[in-house]
Amino acid sequence: MRTMKDPAPSRLEYRMKRLMLRPSMRPFRRFGMPVIALATLVSLWAVDEGRRESAVAFLSELRNEVGERPELIVRMMIVEGASPELAASIRKSLSIEFPVSPFNLRLADLTEKVQALDAVAHASLQVRSRGVLVVEVDERVPVAVWRSDDSVVLLDKTGYRVATVPSRVSRPDLPLVAGLGADAAIPEVLQLYYVARPIRDRLRGFIRVGERRWDVVLDRGQSIKLPETQAVTALKKVVELDVAQDLLERDISVVDFRNSQRPVLRLGQTAIGTLHDG
Amino acid sequence: MMGDIYRNQRAMRAMRQTAMQRGVIAVLDVGTSKIACLILVLEENMDAANDEGIGNLAGQEKFRVIGAATTRSRGVEFGETMVLRETERAIRTAVQAAQKMAQCRVDHVMACASGGRPRSYGLAGQVQVEREIVTESDVAHVLASCDIPDYGADREILHAQPVNFVLDHRSGLTDPRNQIGQRLACDMHMLTADRAPIGNLVHCVRRCDLEMAGLAMSSYVSGISALVEDEQELGAACIDMGGGTTGISIFLKRHMIYADAVRLGGEHVTHDIAMGFKVPMNVAERIKTFHGGVVATGMDDRDMIEIDRESESWDGERRAVSRAELIGIMRPRVEEILEAVRERLDAAGFEHLPSQQIVLTGGASQVPGIDSLAARILGQQVRIGHPLRVRGLPQAVTGTAFSSAVGLSLLAAHPQDECWDFELPYDFRAARPLKRAVKWFRTNW
Repeated sequence: MRTMKDPAPSRLEYRMKRLMLRPSMRPFRRFGMPVIALATLVSLWAVDEGRRESAVAFLSELRNEVGERPELIVRMMIVEGASPELAASIRKSLSIEFPVSPFNLRLADLTEKVQALDAVAHASLQVRSRGVLVVEVDERVPVAVWRSDDSVVLLDKTGYRVATVPSRVSRPDLPLVAGLGADAAIPEVLQLYYVARPIRDRLRGFIRVGERRWDVVLDRGQSIKLPETQAVTALKKVVELDVAQDLLERDISVVDFRNSQRPVLRLGQTAIGTLHDG
Repeated sequence: MMGDIYRNQRAMRAMRQTAMQRGVIAVLDVGTSKIACLILVLEENMDAANDEGIGNLAGQEKFRVIGAATTRSRGVEFGETMVLRETERAIRTAVQAAQKMAQCRVDHVMACASGGRPRSYGLAGQVQVEREIVTESDVAHVLASCDIPDYGADREILHAQPVNFVLDHRSGLTDPRNQIGQRLACDMHMLTADRAPIGNLVHCVRRCDLEMAGLAMSSYVSGISALVEDEQELGAACIDMGGGTTGISIFLKRHMIYADAVRLGGEHVTHDIAMGFKVPMNVAERIKTFHGGVVATGMDDRDMIEIDRESESWDGERRAVSRAELIGIMRPRVEEILEAVRERLDAAGFEHLPSQQIVLTGGASQVPGIDSLAARILGQQVRIGHPLRVRGLPQAVTGTAFSSAVGLSLLAAHPQDECWDFELPYDFRAARPLKRAVKWFRTNW
């Protein structure tokens, strides 16, 4: 007759089983024990240094192999949303030699590099299918020319530097601003420039005075001094006066609107002479 | 005397209430041939309406079986634990397997024992109702007033259930509370068993780090699960034919009114076969379960059973017997068991009951043809009683052998009132210390 093993659990085993069935042991049974077992196996295996090194070597080789597959390798770059000059400068700054493995492209670093360019507002880089690196760029649009002491630069609508130009003549379509701190008030300049449409053919530029208010400079040495606040309204009044009564056609050197309650006109030399003679 | 059972049984009742609150309880049927363990989830507010087909039956909608295990019993003879260490190991096996199936730890156990020479007593008590309307304290008084006979120093009270209340000539009351009357009387059924086997069983369970939450007689609980409600109401006897003992319980008006046990069972049949055919016990057991029967027909002479398949040696000897021979061995023993049952039933006055229904259950009742044999010995109304269907019970444990385990789970979900469920009246509790103090004063001063 076959003798059977005693199916009864030992007292210790019985107690252990009951301990494991406690509700508080449930998370341990589900996560703790597998994790401990796995960690033990891995650490036992990794005790030997040679094994560790061979594993690292194997992994890096695998990485290279996968990166150089024809399906994955990056062959070209496309720049979207940038003018040809900007695209050229982006290519120059990135200076990637194609073909390149996608593992060797650090998109975050490259994006930073592209965004470091002045003319780029925002950039995003993607590796798309068929090995194309796409650089999508929001280019900054210059809206004003800022002449400072040593250079002439283009500013975008937030007052950020876009590019340096040799002289104001290279962008005659944009308004000229000058003075320290002019770049910080570009939105206001744009509004003033818009309001000044009727006198735009006489407009020379805007000067920021004391980093707080604007002077509008016209040809023939005329200028309009605007207040710190509500400059747009003040300029609007001046323009209306000019349209209605040809204010600026007369011999007036300065229209001083700094105090809008009490505007002052400074006459030109001829007008003063005429006044005295009369 | 009264105080002791109160204390023990109350402690077990407190454990049962703790288990109810926790919602998980195990039932353990320690029999002579097998140990069955069921783990139940008790759900007080389980919505019966969700389960179509199961209505408000005997309370089986209140729980669900989530774990079941059976193992071969060891160290148990005649339903009594003899070798504690072996029995403890068997209980551990069953409990651990059931816990594994349930994926849930269980701390409280209700157990049932089949041995211990149960004896039942009918007690009667009578008191005057204090204030017109019967209150709970009156019920406690009348239960306490039952004079408990001298049932022996080495015996333990297993059940003491009030079965009938009489209020001024109105008999058959199940709940006399809030009724108006003068004189309240009660009938109580008390069941005692030997202290040693019960204590051994409790000890084994304790050794398995489990708490006893109740103790019941197995013939009683198999009656709960094997008898249908009408039978319990009108009167019926449940014969739980186990491995080492055959339990008898008589029900009337939904209460057990008598219980007894015959120390004969299925293992004796196996013994006879082993001796008769000279085969090992396990082969005999196998022959009995596969080919056994008690009613021989002409065909059984030609039905040869190979019995040498697993026994060693004895080459050339006759190793096939006819089924008729097997029946010839089994039938006298089964008849003897049933005769013994008949004697006990006669002694209990079973023939005076309004209904004479007899329900056979237990593992030994699976012998084919036993119902017709029993009908000849015990009376015409005999049927085989399968245990009630309860939720979650695996198919493997729905047989007649598991009626006491199922009945115990029904009892766990719907406990029967026992006399210790009522508060012991004050005068009873106070009487003894006071008397003792007076006695001490008298003798010393």
